[in-house]
Amino acid sequence: MSVYMQGVVALMGVNILMALSVYAILSTDQVSLGNAGFMAIGAYTSAYLTVKVGWAIFPAIVTGALVASVMGLLVGIPVLRLSGLYIVMATFAFGEVVRTFFLNFEPTGGAYGFRGPIGTTLPMIYGWVLAFILFFWLLSHSRLGRSLAAVRDDTEVANSIGLSVKLLKLGAFWLGAFVAGVAGGLYAHYMFYIESNNFHILVSTMAILYVILGGMYTFWGAIVGAIIFSILPETLRFMQDWRLSLYGAVLVLMLIFRPSGIITPMMVRNVASRLTGIFRKAGA
Amino acid sequence: MLEIANVTKNFGGLTALNHICIQVKENQIYGLIGPNGAGKTTLFNLIAGFLTATEGSIQFSGKELTRLRPNKIARLGIARTFQNIRLFGTMTVRENVLVAQNTRARSGVLSLVQLLSAREKQFQEEANVLLKKMGLWKKRNEPSISLAYGDQRRLEIARALALAPKLLLLDEPAAGMNEAETEDLLGRIQEIRDMGRTVMLIEHDMKVVMGICDYISVLNFGSLIAQGAPEEIQASEAVIEAYLGREEE
Repeated sequence: MSVYMQGVVALMGVNILMALSVYAILSTDQVSLGNAGFMAIGAYTSAYLTVKVGWAIFPAIVTGALVASVMGLLVGIPVLRLSGLYIVMATFAFGEVVRTFFLNFEPTGGAYGFRGPIGTTLPMIYGWVLAFILFFWLLSHSRLGRSLAAVRDDTEVANSIGLSVKLLKLGAFWLGAFVAGVAGGLYAHYMFYIESNNFHILVSTMAILYVILGGMYTFWGAIVGAIIFSILPETLRFMQDWRLSLYGAVLVLMLIFRPSGIITPMMVRNVASRLTGIFRKAGA
Repeated sequence: MLEIANVTKNFGGLTALNHICIQVKENQIYGLIGPNGAGKTTLFNLIAGFLTATEGSIQFSGKELTRLRPNKIARLGIARTFQNIRLFGTMTVRENVLVAQNTRARSGVLSLVQLLSAREKQFQEEANVLLKKMGLWKKRNEPSISLAYGDQRRLEIARALALAPKLLLLDEPAAGMNEAETEDLLGRIQEIRDMGRTVMLIEHDMKVVMGICDYISVLNFGSLIAQGAPEEIQASEAVIEAYLGREEE
């Protein structure tokens, strides 16, 4: 694989994780525009730990993600009192606060950026991706996953069947922040150099885009969306500046013709039942 | 078991409920009837905790409900259905029932890895029995929103029953059903009572409730205008007047 291809594939892995982090929060009907902030916290924390403190990369990334997830809880608590567009605004503000913080925070380089984190390999990225796919797969088949879906489908009815809606929403924020933190740690140690602008609001926006286009009702949608929109821009390089316009056009067309995204729960169910059918036949 | 004492609910200057007193006894089918806008659903929302009473108290088996959140009230054993059907749209029929067991079953992070525990199997079986009882077994794997109207209504009841409630609140369960479906539903409601549950139901069609209710309260413009057994209600002049209007002299 050429170095260029490796780069594309590596960033695709990071994008998949970012999409999953948006999906986690969205799975309780909350739209977060601040996931680049969680990503930045994971990135800077883990990079500081490996470069300045001398930790190994794995514990550093996990610690970075845990710090990010604690921030997720701190952001999630006030967000519980908000709804709809106000959640978007509050999390947007959070993301910008984090970015500006790292722009000015001298111990991690401030405006000069932070140099030195190394060690992310492709197998490492996709090990994490597979681990999270397994987690979200288990979650989607579990009672906890169904509770989350109930909150998303109808919060009031979820309340009426006895679910602790607030706890579920907070848990979703925690999880989303954790996944974004992992993505940040992997990203930092792949790029060798990070600066606050790597965690621009556009990163959060793109992550939401992956999920909306891929399908927001199943985590497979988030993954497919991230894959398509990591590869598409590379194949469209010949269009140069027009690429982003095409992006916009694709988005508008998708929302008109397939508003629930490429992958729907029904589709996943059909594929799953067909696969079990094939396996049964093979077994018999 | 349910004691509604002197409950008043104001929305701004509008009094939706005015000093209501109702006692529901264990294992009763209790009817709440009245014309549109009488305040029946408001009363259900007060019991279930979706609204807070302006005044008065609601006690369930001796526990005060008026300050509790809906999910706490549900855990005490009160389940409800909604007048405008509200199923979980992205879930299948069976999943709608399973999710309502979550406060009783193990449903935390551990539920990710305990797919086949004995306890979980028991809950799955219980859900299957419920689906069969409500005549939804054949459609269990269909998306809930693709069900016919009458099936959706019955699924709402099945979902509420999955909480194993002591008290079941049914908000116009027969609305929009044809005569045969209604007849079938009334039979099922009686079965639910025979399972040892208490049922409180709202109807504005008098004929529907007369057959199955043990006791009836009639609301009109937020006030109680009659209480009693079905025969008494049928004979009550105040009720006839509320439904048909008064003849001008």
